[in-house]
Order: sequence, then C-alpha cells, then structure tokens
Amino acid sequence: MPKVTINGKEFDAPEGVNLIQAAEMMGMEIPHYCYHPALSVVGNCRMCLVEVEKMPKLQIACNTRVADGMVVHTDNERVKAAQRAVLEFLLINHPIDCPVCDQAGECKLQDYYMDYDRQGSRFPLGKKNKKGKAIDIGRDVMLDQERCILCARCTRFLDEVTHTSELAIFERGDHNRIDTYPGRKLNNNYAGNIVDICPVGALTEKDFRFRMRVWYLHRTPSVCAGCERGCAIDIYENHGKLYRYKPRHNPLVNGYWMCDEGRHSFKTLQTERRLTRALHQSGEHLVPESFSAAIRRAADAIRKCGEAHGARAIGALVGAQATNEEIFALKTFMTDVIGSDMIGAMSYTPPGLSGDDDLLIRANKNPNTRGLIAQGIALDGLERLGQAVASGQLKLLIALRADAVRALGEAEFVKRFGPLDYLIVFDTDACETAQMANQVIPIAAYPELEGTFTNFQGVVQRLYRAVDPPGEAKPAIEALTDLGMVLDQVERPQTAERIFAEIAAREPAFAGLDFNKLGHNGMKLANA
Amino acid sequence: MERILTRWVDIPNLRDIDVYLAHDGYSAARKAFFEMKPEEIIEEVKNSNLRGRGGAAFPTGMKWSFIPKNSPKPVYVCCNADESEPGTFANRYQLENDPHGIIEGILITCRAVGAHVCYVYMRGEFALQKQIFDGALAQARAKGFIGPDVMGSGFEVEIYTHRGAGAYICGEETGLLESLEGKRAYPRNRPPFPAIQGAFGCPTVVNNVETLSNVPWIIKRGADWYKSIGPEKSPGIKLFCLSGHINKPGLYELPMGFPLKDLIYDVGGGMLNGRKLKGVIPGGSSFPIFTAEEAVKVNMDFESVRAAGSLMGTAGVMVMNEDTCMVRALRTIAHFYHHESCGQCTPCREGTGWIEKMLIDLEAGRGTMADLDYLISVASNMEGNTICVLADSLSMPVKSFVPKFKDEFIEHVRQKRCPFRAQEAAALRAAS
Repeated sequence: MPKVTINGKEFDAPEGVNLIQAAEMMGMEIPHYCYHPALSVVGNCRMCLVEVEKMPKLQIACNTRVADGMVVHTDNERVKAAQRAVLEFLLINHPIDCPVCDQAGECKLQDYYMDYDRQGSRFPLGKKNKKGKAIDIGRDVMLDQERCILCARCTRFLDEVTHTSELAIFERGDHNRIDTYPGRKLNNNYAGNIVDICPVGALTEKDFRFRMRVWYLHRTPSVCAGCERGCAIDIYENHGKLYRYKPRHNPLVNGYWMCDEGRHSFKTLQTERRLTRALHQSGEHLVPESFSAAIRRAADAIRKCGEAHGARAIGALVGAQATNEEIFALKTFMTDVIGSDMIGAMSYTPPGLSGDDDLLIRANKNPNTRGLIAQGIALDGLERLGQAVASGQLKLLIALRADAVRALGEAEFVKRFGPLDYLIVFDTDACETAQMANQVIPIAAYPELEGTFTNFQGVVQRLYRAVDPPGEAKPAIEALTDLGMVLDQVERPQTAERIFAEIAAREPAFAGLDFNKLGHNGMKLANA
Repeated sequence: MERILTRWVDIPNLRDIDVYLAHDGYSAARKAFFEMKPEEIIEEVKNSNLRGRGGAAFPTGMKWSFIPKNSPKPVYVCCNADESEPGTFANRYQLENDPHGIIEGILITCRAVGAHVCYVYMRGEFALQKQIFDGALAQARAKGFIGPDVMGSGFEVEIYTHRGAGAYICGEETGLLESLEGKRAYPRNRPPFPAIQGAFGCPTVVNNVETLSNVPWIIKRGADWYKSIGPEKSPGIKLFCLSGHINKPGLYELPMGFPLKDLIYDVGGGMLNGRKLKGVIPGGSSFPIFTAEEAVKVNMDFESVRAAGSLMGTAGVMVMNEDTCMVRALRTIAHFYHHESCGQCTPCREGTGWIEKMLIDLEAGRGTMADLDYLISVASNMEGNTICVLADSLSMPVKSFVPKFKDEFIEHVRQKRCPFRAQEAAALRAAS
C-alpha cells in the first residue's frame, strides 16, 4: 500500500484512491464541488487544489492518485490562498440569494465560504451576469442557472448513470449554463438524484422547495419500502411530519442513488387513509374503539374459535410489506400461542407499475419478499388458506399487512374467504381488506418502527424510528405481543432487537446476524 | 536567405501536385518510407531539435517517442490547423499555398509513429483553405501518396480534414481531440497525455501545421543542416507573423534567433508613419508584452524570448506605436479570452470576465486605483490553477501590461477618461 503523508500525518492508503478519498479516510476534508465518487473525474471546480511536494503547480486532489512517498499539504498558506481565490471566483456571478434559496443550510457554497473564505467581495454587485431562474425542466426538478457553479455533476449523472443525457452545458465561458436540450424534458425515473448531488441551489425538488427550511429537519437512516431493492435512505421529518427521502450511500444495495418512485413514496404514508384508532364491525359499519378494547375483543374471538373448532381453524396471512420481526412475531404467535401451523404469505404488486430496470428499480414492489422466503413462509398463502376456508377447516384469519382484497379483487376474495367466521386485520391504512374485517388493529408504518427488511439480494438492513405512529397505532410486534399476553399470560419479547436475536438463533438463513452490528449498510443472509 | 517554407513565393502554383513534384516534392516522404526505419525518422527529428511551432515549443521528436511501440490500439496523428491565436496567420498561408508540403510532413510523421490515420483539424473559418487542402488531398490520393498502399510501400495512410465551429479552445490539443470526437471542446486533465490516450482513447500525436511542414526538410537535408540554422537549442526556420503599426506587415520566413529590432525596422520596413515604438507582443496575444526598450534587445528564439521575460508562442509579433492606448489594447485582449474561455474551470470562467469588466470600466474612466491591484490579484489567482493554459493566456498579458504601462492606467483613473480618446478627438476636430 502506498504511504502518503498529508499535513504531516502518514497514512497507508489503499492502491488507486485519490487524495480526496485518502484524506477522508484519515478524517480530513479536502473541499470539492465537482468530484463525486460515483462519477467520472472532470476536475473543473478547482476547489480541491492541494500542494504536492516536488510538483511545481498546485494539483487537483480529485485527479491525483496516491503514490508511495507522496507528501501533500492541504492547509498551508498557498493552498488556502487558492481555495479563497476559487470561492471568490465562484461567488462573483452567484446571485447570493440565500434568504430565498431552498438549498440554504445544506449548500456547499455557504459551508465552504464559512470554512475557507470569509472575505468580503471585491466584485461590484451590479455587474453580475444574469441567467435564468426558476426554470421548470421536468416533472420534479426546478433549475436556477444563476446559482449553478457548472460542476457538471448533473450532466455527468445523466450521461454516465442513467444514460439519458437530458441536460447539457450550453454557451461558453461565464455565459455557460445548464439546460435541457431543446424540446426535451427531464423526466427519467432517477431525476431526483441530480438534486441530491447538486452542491448548490441550482437544482431543487419541486415539491420540497419552500415547504421547510432544512435546518428544521431531523434525519433518520432507514430503508425505502417502495420495492424489493430496499434502497438505503435518510428520512427527513419535522414534528412528526415527513418531508422528504434522500438516498443514503450503501455500496451493497443502491450505491448513492434511489429512484423517484421511492423518493416520493412517503407521501402515501401520512394520508387520511391512515388508521389512528382500532375499529370493530358493528352491523354494516366499522366503529372506532380503544386499542386495548380491540385487543381484548380480538383475543376473545380467537379463544372462542379455538374452543369451537380447534387451533387449526385459526390462520394467519402475512404480506411482504411486513418486517422480518413482524413476520417472526406472527409466526411465533401462531405456533407458540395458538398452536396452529396455518400461516401463509402473499407478495402482491399491483399492475401498471414500473418493471425491472438495469439500475435500481424492481418490478416486485414489496420490500421484504426475500425475508418471508428466508423465514420459510410460502408465498402461496392466498391459495392454500383459501382452500382451507373452502374445506371448512379455517374459520378465523389474521391478516398482517396483507391486503388480500386488493390482490384478489372483491368478488374473488368473497368467493375464497367469504365463509370465514372472523377476520382480524393488522394494517396501517383503511385498506380494502380492512373494510371487510370484523376487527381492525392500527399498526405503525415503516418510518415509525424499529426493524429490518431483507432485500432481494439478501441484504438485511435496519429501519429506525423516525416519527411516532399516528393516534393509537402501534408497531405490529407490540400489538401481537399484547394479543398473546391476553391469550396466554406469557410475556414475550416485543422489541425489534430481541426479536431479531431470536430470528438469528432460530432461522438458519439469519444465523450469525446481530441487530446491533447491521450498521448503516446492513449484512447479507448466510446463503446470499 | 533561401525561402523554404514559403517557397511558393518563388514557385508559382506550388499547390498543384505536378508543380510540387517538379520541385523535388514527396522525395522526403519517399526517403522516409523506403530508406529509413521509423526509429531512424524519430531519431533524425530528435537530433534536429525541432520544437513545436504551435506555441508550447515542445520538442517534436520527443513527443513522437512517447507513442507506445507496438500499441495494440491504433495510433493517430492530428494536424492542428485550428490557428486561432490573435496575430497569427502562418498556417493559413501554408494551407493555401503549400498543402503538399503539409501532406508530406503528415506522411512522414505517420510512418514514424506507426499511424495509419491522420485528422487535420481546421478552424471553422478555414472554408477556403479546407477546399484547397481537400483538393490537394485528392491529387495526392490519385498519385498514390495517400491510401491503402502509400507509394507502393504497403503502408496505409488516410488523411481526413475536419472543420471546427469557431472556438479558440479547439486549438488546445486536448480540446481539439474532444471536439474531433464530437464533444464540447473542454480540454482534458493530464495525465493521461494524448500520446497514451488521445483521439478516441488511442495514442495520438498532435502537431501544428508549421511543425509538420518542417519535417520533410529535416528528412531531406538532415538534422545537422537544420540545427545549423539559428541557435542550437531552438534552431531552424520560423514563420513570423508581423502585424500592427508597421510599414510592411506580413508573413516572413526567417531563421530562429532573428533580432526583433531587425524584424521591425528592417524586414518590416519600420514603424508606420514614423511614429515611435511603444510595445511589442512577441508571440500572439497570450504572452507578456515587451516595452520598446526591451523589444529592441531581444532575439526571436524560444530561449532568448523566455530569458527576456516573455514567450515566443506562435511568433505572432504585434507591434504597437506610441498612440496606442494600452488600457484599450489590454481590454481587447481580455475581451478575446473572456469570449473564448470554454468555461470549464472556475478561475478562468469567472476570472476572464471579471478582468474584462474591470478593463471596460478603466477604459471608460470609471475605474479606481483599487482596480489596478485587483487586476494583478485576479490574474495571479487564475494563473496555473486550471486544466489548460487559457487562463494563463490572459493572466500573462495583464501581469505585464499593468506594471509596464502603469502610468497610463493611473492616468485613466485620474482623468476619469481615456487620455488617448481625448487626443483622438482633438485630432479629428483639427482635421475637420
């Protein structure tokens, strides 16, 4: 490994990394705008100029690979002067409209100005070049050409990652501007990523802009539940309200990116369809009741059904939206509390959504299908349990995040599951299946709970609780433990961490995994 | 002195292949293809100390020797005919009058580096020149000098011409390559150098028209002959483009090391209207200006001009008399580099515009004394901090004009107007 010395500290750098990466590994920052680890090196911003001994000119750190014996200075007067010069150049034609700019607070011009410049302007305000502002360039993205520093991250992303090349740099010199090609719009499925990688306020997201100052947002790492890819994300919320998702770097799963469908998926989570109270059937209607009353009523129904028809008259259906812990909690509820093996799963994707592509998007829109399979629950639940109903064996069904009505259609559902005596639904939303239930238990959606998803590649990643569940909704694992407690008075683990430990102990596919060691990138299943 | 590169002056219609052949044409190519090994050609050019005529003065033979031997990828030769440096017009005359001299140079270069394809990249405005050159290519092809079997040697060389769309930056060798590949002419980071990854990712030699046209003569007459002309470290024959306030502006073929004083007062016929010399830019507008006192002491070769504090560049010698407003002259230069900056690197994109804006203000009498310091400071901040040298091309004139003609700049600030404009206005009034 080449030994480099940066600011007097020696470091054995991995072969082939550049000076920005090497410094980062040493805990030092070399400021940069145009360099992005997932894009080609262009070296145009000149912010990362550093002094490399034995080289007469300052070198750009992004295009300088480490070499054995290389001695680098990133903070001497010569380098600092170059950094100040570049920032001054970047700002002379910048509109400095921070008070009305949505990037303020997460803008690299602001950050680096404070860190590396802090000088007054020598350039007269009235002489700034004027360019286009608030240009609508596509479905989700707005462009401000005056704020743009022409780092070409967006054009490189569209050239090199999506290969769609909607944007380019037009004109020349300080008239250079980013724009769409004439007659084209930026409407690909990954357009939101250019907003993330834009280091300044040139590209902003249409439906986030002006909704919340970023310094009021809290960030929680999580996983996108939009498809079986399970992109690592950060959830941004303020006072319990979700504002945006952004991709979080995970080399095992999504690299630096996420798709726009996933990016916008949080919007379906905090709607009026969310269940905030438990419901039970009263005549033709569902009427609200307290959570604990609902648990008692559900326990009653289960007990009565078991007494009348035996344990195997009670079944459970779990959807591939459930977390590994929810699946396991339901499974152990069925075997340990009820004593029934009638558990099946469904993994349903509504028609008309995007199919597999060669970047991230998967046709299967369920985040945890692989998790179901890994815990040995067959995906033919709708058929198998339906047959058990038809044969008269199955009388009561517990559906956890399993919108069977939507998957089958109402007529087919009634045909297969109509003969049931009792239907208990655990769901976040007043879904179609919930509408037909005898008992509805409101549960937490994935930004509201701790747990894990297993993506289609077998990577187990952690979800962290970003916001509280609405109203009386509870994480499903707690609801299931409550139900078990009422039925047999046995206390069972109800935290995701303890359940995960049991999964790791009892499910061979999860052997060796530790909830607290999953980290930000997650870990692969034993057989993945 | 014998005219070599400009022998079309003595030989009418040299651009026609029959005339060219009648005057020993393609004999150097024949020698290179049939009597010399590629290494011997490179060695000969190395020994001649020929240095690139495009402005950077890099030793040509050394450049060729960087091309990997037995490269698995094709090797390309690019002839840089994007002659765009203000004050420079040698390539244009060569393309018009001696196209076969260039083609012969290309053939020898291809043979030396093992290239079978050469692209001649011409500036967009060279419509007529391309027409003439394409005509010459057709003649050479008809005679078997270009094609699958050059002169029966079994060696293939194809030459294509390509016209740019009017950007100065396309003359920068990596900008040229990007443009040739159909992209925006953004100069590339080096390394990798074109000799390793040039056109289409393959090893490439990029040489200026004038450089290539020297090659047949070196092959024909030998490196020792070539070295005997001019000073040893930068020897040979050179085309000087003389322009400005001079009696006989034009293209002159002279030995390297020719005194600038003689170029102006002898060859150039002296100052126009007998006015006094004020300054000379020796190598195209990118380089530091000489004051009259400096200019008369300088010999025109790479080493001497560098020692005197400027660079010979393309040898576009621009002569300015005492009536020239140096603020306006610098503003004009700044306008050019601002207009031509590709805008890729921050310091050049923003700095060139800033400098031009300051100079517009100074010339219009709106400048301040602080601007004089800012000019130097901004120019210094641009210099050496960008991918290509376009930023330096403005920084160097700024950093020479401002201190060398500081009084004039100060007068502009003090009088809140251009003193020369006042003079011009007075002269006009007197005349009417």
